Amino acid sequence: MDYTKKCLEIRRDILFEIGTLGVGHIGGSFSIVELLVVLYYKHMNINPQDPNMIARDRLIVSKGHSGPAVYAVLCDKKYFPKDWLSTLNKPGTNLPSHCDMNRTPGIDMTTGSLGQGFSCAVGIAKASKLKQDGAYIYTIIGDGESQEGQIWEAAMFASQHKLNNLIAFTDNNKLQLDNYTDEICSIEPIDKKWESFNWNVVRVKNGNNCEEIDKAIIKAKNFDNNLPTMIILDTIKGHGLSFVENSKVNNHSMNITPDMLESGLKELSEMLSTMEAK
Amino acid sequence: MEMRKFFSNELEKYMIQNSNIVVLNADLAKPNGFQDLSIKYSDRVFNVGIAEQNMACMAAGMSSYGFIPFICSFTPFATRRICDQIAISICYANQNVKIIGTDPGLTAEYNGGTHMSVEDIGVLRSIPNIVIFEPVDNNQLKYALPEILKYNGPVYIRMLRKEAPDIINNSSDFNLFGSKIIKTGTDVTIFCSGIMTSEAIRAGEILESQNISTEIINIHTIKPIDKSTVIKSAQKTKAVITAENHNIIGGLYSAVCEVLSENCPVPVKSIGIKDTFGQVGKLDYLKSVYNMQADDIVKSVHEVLKLKK
Repeated sequence: MDYTKKCLEIRRDILFEIGTLGVGHIGGSFSIVELLVVLYYKHMNINPQDPNMIARDRLIVSKGHSGPAVYAVLCDKKYFPKDWLSTLNKPGTNLPSHCDMNRTPGIDMTTGSLGQGFSCAVGIAKASKLKQDGAYIYTIIGDGESQEGQIWEAAMFASQHKLNNLIAFTDNNKLQLDNYTDEICSIEPIDKKWESFNWNVVRVKNGNNCEEIDKAIIKAKNFDNNLPTMIILDTIKGHGLSFVENSKVNNHSMNITPDMLESGLKELSEMLSTMEAK
Repeated sequence: MEMRKFFSNELEKYMIQNSNIVVLNADLAKPNGFQDLSIKYSDRVFNVGIAEQNMACMAAGMSSYGFIPFICSFTPFATRRICDQIAISICYANQNVKIIGTDPGLTAEYNGGTHMSVEDIGVLRSIPNIVIFEPVDNNQLKYALPEILKYNGPVYIRMLRKEAPDIINNSSDFNLFGSKIIKTGTDVTIFCSGIMTSEAIRAGEILESQNISTEIINIHTIKPIDKSTVIKSAQKTKAVITAENHNIIGGLYSAVCEVLSENCPVPVKSIGIKDTFGQVGKLDYLKSVYNMQADDIVKSVHEVLKLKK
């Protein structure tokens, strides 16, 4: 698997989704592209032909506003036709801005009210343990989302109940909607927080590097204890496309004009061509 | 038998048959009657800690895995404290979670105003995709439980902990989406729920002695309300009283008025908590403070009959 190429293609599809509509949560979608690619193309035991396969691995995207990123990957995995991507948030769509398990094949839990998806993931991990089916349960929370008290309720339960089938990720992109996380209500030292909640903790310095993410997941699967694992990904919000990344505090939900869409698609295509030429 | 004990005994019968039934407590297993089950089925009946938000969403996650989770707490903590979790992770996501709230309204007694939910039905009734059921007695609860288990979706069970007098003699014809006509009459209808059903029956006896023919209907399922029975009775008697152990805003009075105003506008008087908070006290005392006794119902009937056209 050429991770770099796949990530460029996924970013191109996310930009297409949001640009076709004209507005959307592009920053937090771009920051988790590498994670989604490593999960869906290497680690997850899933079957796009049978989205509800029993004992499949599951992903609960608790930062539900990153739906457009997940849709680009699910579409590429053939969960649904390519033309769905132009329907994001349009009347009657199956791709709403926030993840909806009852609308989109491949979405394992409805999320959007921050903090809740993480608890759902803990419940799913507990359920998988009761069924003894050997599934891995993955979940992604935001750094801003970590300010929700419910996250820490669920954290205590997961370690108490030895849910070592649960591998969680913090998309630590340092930004929340209004400003830098550190300026509003800092979550640091986030690794120590999770350690003190009795979780295994792995910190990935470049959270937008597929190889580093892959190594962290392998490490999480091989911990010789019964604890759940939190992988903290130090990411860049809007990573991978210059005008999005440069918008920083304004890229949580951005207007994407037709000109921006065109220039963005061009930039990503050029990167793809350069890469293929090499 | 106390309703909590009765419920856990009944639930165990179904747990034996169906290994997907699980119970999540938020550190109130003992007062809610689940202590024995939590020892006997320690893997399936567990305490999440004092963390109701997590409990609600964990249950939603477990439901997505095929389980039928019951989440249990005192009424205010099972509803208003977690209304967003119920709205999004349970109802919007359409998960098969059963919510048990105990000690509703005045029955919180010595726990007082902080624990006395006057708003739980109102909070949940405004969330789409939830069934709200309040049993009158153990017998009704017994017939409701298999229907609640059969129904694939969110259900709120507003339940007593303590003993409830046996009121409804025959519940074998129970329909979760219906209502129970306790007594037929022609002059006035009393729609009642929960602990107010016994007050309504006592009021009915007084009214009969005054030659006022009273129809008494127990609305055990306030959402979705049994519209056709409500309309039919109001068309017959043309005067209505509601009696509930809840704020009259958002509860039975509101639900009945919503149906009648569109279909059969007749005068409706309310018995219930009149938009105020609760306080500590024994049930009888509190019923007298909030004018929720049989005599208060009789008085309201006389008033509504004056308004009747």
